Amino acid sequence: MSAVAAPGARRAALGGRALRAVGEWLPALVVFVLVVGLWEGLVRALHVQQFLLPKPSTILRVCWTQRHTIWPAGWYTFKEALGGFAIGSGLGVVAATVVGRFRTAGKALMPVFIAANAVPIIAFAPIFGAWFNPISAQSKMAVAAVLCFLPVTVNTLRGLQSARPHQIELMRSYAASEFEIWRRVRVPTALPFLFTALKVASVLSMIGAIVGEYFGGALNALGVLINTSAGIFQFDTAWAGILVASLLGIALYGGVVALERVVLRWNPETRGS
Amino acid sequence: MANAAVAVRPPRRRARVAPLRSALERAGLVALVLAALVGAWELYHWIWTTTGWTWPFVVDDTSMPHVWTIFKAFGQPAQVNQPALITVLLHKTAFTAKEAATGFAVGAVIGFALAVVLVHSRLLQRSFLPYIVASQTVPIIVVAPIVVVWLNPKLPGPLQNWGAVAVIATYLTFFPVTINTLRGLQSADPRALELMRTYAASRWAVLWKLRVPSSLPYLFSALRLAATASVVGAIIGELPTGLQDGLGGAIINFNQYYSIEPQELWATNVIAALLGIAFFVIVVLAEKAIVRRAPENVA
Amino acid sequence: MSEVAAAPAVVRLERVTKTFPRGHVTALQDIDLELEPGEFVSLIGPSGCGKSTLLRLIGDLVEPTTGSITVNGKSARQARNDGDYGIVFQDAVLFDWRTVAKNIALPLEMLGWERDRRRDRVREMLELVELTGFGDHHPWQLSGGMQQRVAIARALAFQPALLLMDEPFGALDEMTRERLNLELLSIWEQTGNTVVFVTHSISEAVFLSTRVVVMSPRPGRIAGTVEIDLPSPRTAETRDTQRFFELVTEVRELLRSRGEHLLPEEEAALE
Repeated sequence: MSAVAAPGARRAALGGRALRAVGEWLPALVVFVLVVGLWEGLVRALHVQQFLLPKPSTILRVCWTQRHTIWPAGWYTFKEALGGFAIGSGLGVVAATVVGRFRTAGKALMPVFIAANAVPIIAFAPIFGAWFNPISAQSKMAVAAVLCFLPVTVNTLRGLQSARPHQIELMRSYAASEFEIWRRVRVPTALPFLFTALKVASVLSMIGAIVGEYFGGALNALGVLINTSAGIFQFDTAWAGILVASLLGIALYGGVVALERVVLRWNPETRGS
Repeated sequence: MANAAVAVRPPRRRARVAPLRSALERAGLVALVLAALVGAWELYHWIWTTTGWTWPFVVDDTSMPHVWTIFKAFGQPAQVNQPALITVLLHKTAFTAKEAATGFAVGAVIGFALAVVLVHSRLLQRSFLPYIVASQTVPIIVVAPIVVVWLNPKLPGPLQNWGAVAVIATYLTFFPVTINTLRGLQSADPRALELMRTYAASRWAVLWKLRVPSSLPYLFSALRLAATASVVGAIIGELPTGLQDGLGGAIINFNQYYSIEPQELWATNVIAALLGIAFFVIVVLAEKAIVRRAPENVA
Repeated sequence: MSEVAAAPAVVRLERVTKTFPRGHVTALQDIDLELEPGEFVSLIGPSGCGKSTLLRLIGDLVEPTTGSITVNGKSARQARNDGDYGIVFQDAVLFDWRTVAKNIALPLEMLGWERDRRRDRVREMLELVELTGFGDHHPWQLSGGMQQRVAIARALAFQPALLLMDEPFGALDEMTRERLNLELLSIWEQTGNTVVFVTHSISEAVFLSTRVVVMSPRPGRIAGTVEIDLPSPRTAETRDTQRFFELVTEVRELLRSRGEHLLPEEEAALE
């Protein structure tokens, strides 16, 4: 008994969807308000030392008063992260595609990649600094890029290998070329895997940039700003910088999620039901 | 009634020989990859030094020491009157490994517990998951010194210093465990859940008899990620606090001498890489020992 | 879950209606049904007639919108809590990580039986479904038919009074299905449960049951009942008898006549 939806019913359905979206986010919002309120209250009440945990109000105030240093610094570091993210992910996709063409090589190399992913890349950050001049943005981009490369490669490769045999058989029954099969079946199958990796990589790239800056970086970089502020006991500024770094990481993640919603419109998992 | 006709009995004898052969194959592959890496390294070095290209970076014996030089550095003392580098590094590795292992264990327990709590309440999920995810965007390397300064005085004597770093390792470990375990606990077959309802099973029974066993592949996938995360966390925790006893301290030290003795930093990095891989391999082996599943059921 | 004596159940549905609010679908309308102890009742009808929903209502896996359901003199909810029924789905729903024996033991573990008692009962059940010796196998090592036998063994392990079966043999090939029909009848003769059996197959329904309840869709209703007076014990030859053919025709006519809403493809789907 499928009824044709009357216009009134459709409006009601949209309204219902909006209401449900609010319902999705309301608990998180409530938690946010509660935590911030508690934070503010406890710091005041317990006189927690300002360098450990300043009040949220203080942090926000500094974000505003120091906006001419913090936000540009954040943007500088964000560009390092973005560059690394783009380069690392791009290379990862290319590597996965190349390796994926050769079926046996792909299966054999996968465990190698997975093991390589276990290497703590940040240990190599000072070496990248030595290669690209510790102050430059490239050295941080390199750290971010390497951090992104492996997860993207592993996941994309796995995605390319996970096309269902029946689908391949079907394409062969159409006498499709290898390239057609790759384009029409393997790539769409691999896309969800790719986006999972991109989400992880987005967060890692920002972290990578800041970790890289720990070993030296331009004065107008966020990581350096945080470290120097902490060094001269200006902890308000340091925490404000941390907040900005976190927000930018979330923003990059959010960007990837938005892109995913567009590209993977057809996938029920990403339609955020 | 012809029962046996369609049953599949796994051949017993082959099952015992196969692991040995696949282990040898695996070892052979590793050796091949290592040889390829060394070859590529030296090849790159040779090409770039003969042509004099400067992009992406200048190649000489400082920026890319020969593999042999790095290898030799292990046997020599880093500073006068000190034991060989390899011994020093192994001690530091043990120190860092202690932090990482503790972080791994505690992080895994916390992550698992969090996932169990969250799987039972969609409300809690919607309330807290965004923050759990956001927690990982906080650059832990800058928060680490603050954590150490705050935590150290509160720790009992023998736990000081490395204990604080273990906390940092825990912070990086719990996240992948939570997310993946949660997905695993949610992955129980809805028809199996219905079956448990017909038994009027309590939530506890459903958890331990259905959800946890069916989540094992996801859990081990999480533990593999956690193994790496705990090592990374331990090193990151050591860096800003300058703890001399661990690999992080060694990295900072040798970084300062890089232009003079680059191979020492490289040697340290090789050891750090091996530590990360070792943790990973241990988890993979544990998984092989514990989980015996249908061949198709790989997460 | 308490252990009920293995006396066959009485199931009674009075003016039961079930609507699903989401799609404004009336799955079942005004269902009145009474099952005597020891009956083998088949529910048959085209897709959308609500037979699976009806089964789930009896099992308290779904709540009625109006009307009442009584199982063994208690509410359906109470019956489920007391473990008065066992259920078999179209998919065996065995736990991959447990052996066959441990799968059968699952409800017994939930009931808190000690290990020895469980082991003995599992052995009995394996004999009952003729899978002795397969206790240590894993589900994926068995064929579909064998997996369903394990599911049946599990459903009967704690000797419930009522057995609910939702197209349990639907995913199997015809020959396995006919064989399992015979097995099911022999098991039923030994245990004496009351059985509610949902199926798509007219011949299966007639072969197995003491009574066939025919349902029609949109909204789901009981179109009629056919008493099956075939002699017991039934054998493979029973299918060749004249009486069998007459009863199958009677059921088919009932489906066709009362199911005025049947779409051509739905008709074709019924054998």
